[in-house]
Amino acid sequence: MNKPRLSAKETQALVARSIRRRYWAEHRFRTYGLGAVIAGMAFLVYLFFVIFSNGIGAFRQTELRLDVFYDPAIIDPAGTRKLEELQSADYAAVVRAALKERFKDVEGRAATRELTHLVSGSAAFDLQRAVLRNPSLLGTRETRWVLASDAVDLTLKGHVDRALPEAERPLSDRQLGWVDELRAEGALALKFNKGFLTSGDSREPENAGIWGAVAGSFFTLVLTLLLSFPIGVAAAIYLEEFARKNRWTDIIEVNINNLAAVPSIVFGLLGLAVFIGFFGLPRSAPLVGAMVLTLLTLPTIIIASRAALKAVPPSIREAALGMGASKIQMVMHHVLPLAMPGMLTGTIIGMARALGESAPLLMIGMVAFIVDVPKGITDPSTVLPVQVYLWSDSPERGFVEKTSGAIIVLLAFLVVMNTTAVILRKRFERRW
Amino acid sequence: MDTAIEMERAGINLKPSGRMPDDSVLQAPVEAGKTVGNITVDDPIFSCRDVDVYYGEKHAIKKVGIDIGKNSVLAMIGPSGCGKSTFLRCLNRMNDTIPNARVVGSIKLDGNDIHDKKQDVVQLRARVGMVFQKPNPFPKSIYENVAYGPRIHGLAGDRVELDEIVHSSLQRAGLWEEVKDRLQHPGTSLSGGQQQRLCIARTIAVNPEVILMDEPCSALDPIATARIEDLMEELRQSYAIVIVTHSMQQAARVSQRTAYFHLGDLIEVGETDRIFTNPRHRLTEDYITGRFG
Repeated sequence: MNKPRLSAKETQALVARSIRRRYWAEHRFRTYGLGAVIAGMAFLVYLFFVIFSNGIGAFRQTELRLDVFYDPAIIDPAGTRKLEELQSADYAAVVRAALKERFKDVEGRAATRELTHLVSGSAAFDLQRAVLRNPSLLGTRETRWVLASDAVDLTLKGHVDRALPEAERPLSDRQLGWVDELRAEGALALKFNKGFLTSGDSREPENAGIWGAVAGSFFTLVLTLLLSFPIGVAAAIYLEEFARKNRWTDIIEVNINNLAAVPSIVFGLLGLAVFIGFFGLPRSAPLVGAMVLTLLTLPTIIIASRAALKAVPPSIREAALGMGASKIQMVMHHVLPLAMPGMLTGTIIGMARALGESAPLLMIGMVAFIVDVPKGITDPSTVLPVQVYLWSDSPERGFVEKTSGAIIVLLAFLVVMNTTAVILRKRFERRW
Repeated sequence: MDTAIEMERAGINLKPSGRMPDDSVLQAPVEAGKTVGNITVDDPIFSCRDVDVYYGEKHAIKKVGIDIGKNSVLAMIGPSGCGKSTFLRCLNRMNDTIPNARVVGSIKLDGNDIHDKKQDVVQLRARVGMVFQKPNPFPKSIYENVAYGPRIHGLAGDRVELDEIVHSSLQRAGLWEEVKDRLQHPGTSLSGGQQQRLCIARTIAVNPEVILMDEPCSALDPIATARIEDLMEELRQSYAIVIVTHSMQQAARVSQRTAYFHLGDLIEVGETDRIFTNPRHRLTEDYITGRFG
């Protein structure tokens, strides 16, 4: 027998020399990993801090206390008490009268106009709604909180620099004086902004709400899920379990992988050309948005579903076939339940991407300014990311915090959606 | 073992030195379709002739012909890669699921060719059940595992009948006493031997005519193996059983007939007692005396 090249002692000396280097390499790798995690967390915390500190203001809005007199002489001068009369009355005059009653010394058109600018234009609609709901208010007095204008709101939230020259400020010196006076007597206060969560978009920042976009996103995503999940899973099952493996399936596979990498705006152009141009479906509708987003998410769902199907152990398939199950029974009874968690993971990823998409939806007109909250899948609407984009583009200072507020709502929507999906996936996961 | 096969392929004589050639042992080289011993039995359930299997270019089984008798156990032995599992999988057409696999020749179940267009593969597999090497219960409850076959084939009219089938199948597989209190527990929570008996119960629940077993005990300990072997002796009263095994002791214990495969050829078939005491072919003798394998 040959003598070993090294003696036992020499071998150990060599091993000892390499050991320190190995530990050092491991230590270095751990440090890199930890550093990456900490850096990522820091950026995330910073991001959330910025969004929340900017956006939290959107959930509170300044309101102004007014002593309103529902003057029949203004609202219903003819005394008919007809609904049309009450509807078309000049409620702005009622608001003006209430303000003038509070500030009796204000004289002249210019001063009156400045005074009415303290109150939001929507205050008149608010009074109109109150009277229509309860016509017996006519001739009575009521203390009512109405929305202040966005300029007053910004001032109260401290976004207006009083040191600026008067011409560059949203409020004049005179208006600032009134604001301070009202504030001192407690007639101006920041209240929870119900309108932000319940109404649609508006040109006036104090009236703009997110609900229209939330409803649009909801309709679009529910429809996307209903379209893309069955189609994606069915395509994956067909390709993985039934299709013959030949050149055609290879070409299809390559193309599905390529589709996953196509820029999303291209899908928007396709939707514009085919769904709207060729099939004549309505513009700005969640229906078309969902169809475009379905095209976008299908590759993700198909790829993830195929991977999940591939991961099901072949012994389960053999067991089912050996029992005399047909191929479709094998898939439906045994393979699909085991692959479902993986398929749902792919769907969550796809839906999260669909929720955040704005570019393809711009192409099909979901970027339009829409005030009404959509009630169905063919009503014109917009979606949350597009609403963020629209508000971030608006010149009024009041939209800055609305933008961040909309991002908070978008994140909340995402969290709710993903939590639901994860809970659903947990139910399918059988660890036995 | 693989070295032995390669040496054999290269024409190296494995004959041990110092041993005189015995006249009773055939020296003839292997020829496809020329099997030593009697391949026929009276009143066979399976009758296979000239069966060839190709995996793409590879010729896995060459001109195999053999009958499988009712109420008896046929053991198939041979070194790894000799084609015994492949042949077993021909009998219930499990090779259909393998892309590129091609089976030619005649395999008749009760006189009807199983590759006939009129023969439905689902029905065939209900008649010819299979137990696999690794226990593979479904990830469902013990009850559901056994009830699955009767359910898809519509064997039970109502819940009571189904309960009865599950009960009797588990009883015949010798598992009832161990699991009767936890039928709703997952099948995968059982031990390896219990899982394999569950798979046997699942197979006999559809009342097949033939049970194919592909090395059913290779993943089990000796005690669990002994239980399965006892079970096979009982099941033989009602079914024809074909078992592939690597253990010659097991083949000797459980089977009435033994078939020896070598590199895709069926070398020798005969009564188990005769094969193990007086093999007629050189390769059979080498294998069972442990000179390779």
